[in-house]
Amino acid sequence: MGEMEELRKEMENLKDQITAARKTFQDTTLQEAASGVTVVGRVQLKTRKTLRGHLAKIYAMHWGTDSTLCVSASQDGKLIVWDSITTNKVNAIPLKSSWVMTCAYAPSGNLVACGGLDNMCSIYNLKGKDGNVKVMRELAAHTGYLSCCRFLSDTEIITSSGDCTCVLWDIETGTEKMVFAGHQGDCMSLGVSPDFKFFISGACDFTAKLWDIREAQCRQTFSGHESDINAIGFFPNGNAVITGSDDATCKLYDLRADQELITYQDSSIMCGVTSLAASKSGRLLLAGHDDFNVNIWDMLKSERVGVLAGHDNRVSCIGVSSDGMACCTGSWDSFLKIWN
Amino acid sequence: MSNNNASNNLIIAQRAVKQLRLEASIRRIKVSQAAAELRTFCLQNASRDPLLVGVPSSDNPFRPPKSCSLF
Repeated sequence: MGEMEELRKEMENLKDQITAARKTFQDTTLQEAASGVTVVGRVQLKTRKTLRGHLAKIYAMHWGTDSTLCVSASQDGKLIVWDSITTNKVNAIPLKSSWVMTCAYAPSGNLVACGGLDNMCSIYNLKGKDGNVKVMRELAAHTGYLSCCRFLSDTEIITSSGDCTCVLWDIETGTEKMVFAGHQGDCMSLGVSPDFKFFISGACDFTAKLWDIREAQCRQTFSGHESDINAIGFFPNGNAVITGSDDATCKLYDLRADQELITYQDSSIMCGVTSLAASKSGRLLLAGHDDFNVNIWDMLKSERVGVLAGHDNRVSCIGVSSDGMACCTGSWDSFLKIWN
Repeated sequence: MSNNNASNNLIIAQRAVKQLRLEASIRRIKVSQAAAELRTFCLQNASRDPLLVGVPSSDNPFRPPKSCSLF
C-alpha cells in the first residue's frame, strides 16, 4: 500500500512539473502575437452542390486525395463514393452492419474503409478486377465501437475505438501491428500528421494525445476541455492540433510549445462541436455543431467570421478537400453539401 | 483475487508514472516562437487558400460556366 501512495504522489508531482514547465515557456499569447494581423473579412460560402441519395443520418465523410471523389457513410447501411463535381454516385456499397460511425478514403484512391458498432474496420477494394466492390479485410480486435479510421497507405490503417485504444493495422495480414493505450475514456476521433509520422487522438477523458506511430508511444497529452473531445485535426503545417468538444468550444494546441494557445468560444454557442476542418492555409477553422450550423473562425484572431447554415439537422462531419477548393458537410438530414 | 487487483493497480500506476516522466521531459519552445510561426504560415499561404480568398467562377470546378454553346 505504501508503494501505491508513493506512486500517486509522484504522479501529482510530475503533473505539477508539466504545468510549471509549460508556464515558463508561455512568454506571450497567440492574441498578442497576432495583434498586428487584420481580422479576416466576413466569409460567405455558398452551397454549390447537394449530394442526395442516403436514406438516413450521415455519420461520416472523407475526401479522396484528388479533391473530386469523396466517400460518405450513413446508417442506411451504405457507403457511397461520390463525384462531388457531377454529383454522380461512383459506388454505392451495401454494408453488413448498418451501424456505421466512420469512413475513410485511402490516399491512393484504391480503398475505402468503414466501421462502427460492429467493433470492426472493414476495408473495401474499389478497384477490384471484375468491377465489383467487395470486402477485402475485416479488421477485428477492438472490444468497443470503431469511432474513426484513417489510412496511412494501402497496407496500413489506424483506428480509434470506444475501448479507449487506437490501433495500427497491417491490412494484408489483418493483424494489429501496434496498440496505442493510454486514454481513460472512449477514443472518439483521430488525425494523421502531414508527414505520416504521428497521429493525434481525442477522447471522452477530455484529453488529446499525440502518438509516435513507429515507437507506439504517447509523446504528449493536452488537457483543458471540460467535456468529451469529438473531433480532432492537425493544423496544415503539422505543428499544431485543433480539437472540438461537447463543451461547445474548439481549442488550438501547439505541439512544440506543448500547450494550449487559444480557445474558440462564444457565449451564444451552446451546442457541442461534432466535427472540424481547417482551410488550406490554416487561417479558417470550420466547426460543425449539434445546432445544425457550421461556425467559421479566424484561427489567428479567434473571431467568428462566418456561418454555414443549410442543413436541417445536426452537422455530423466536415472536410476540406486537399487542394483547399471546397468544404463538404454531412448531416443527420441525410444530405452532403459542397461549399465554396 | 484482491492481491491480483492490488498488483494490477500497481503496474498501472507504475506505467502512468513512466508516461508522465516522458511527457515532463520533452523539449519545448516559447509560445512567442510557436505563435509567430503559425501566423507566418497563415499569411504566407493565404493567397493559396481558395476558401479564404474566394474562387472566381471561371476557376471554380463546382460552378458550371455561365455561357452554354450548343453546336
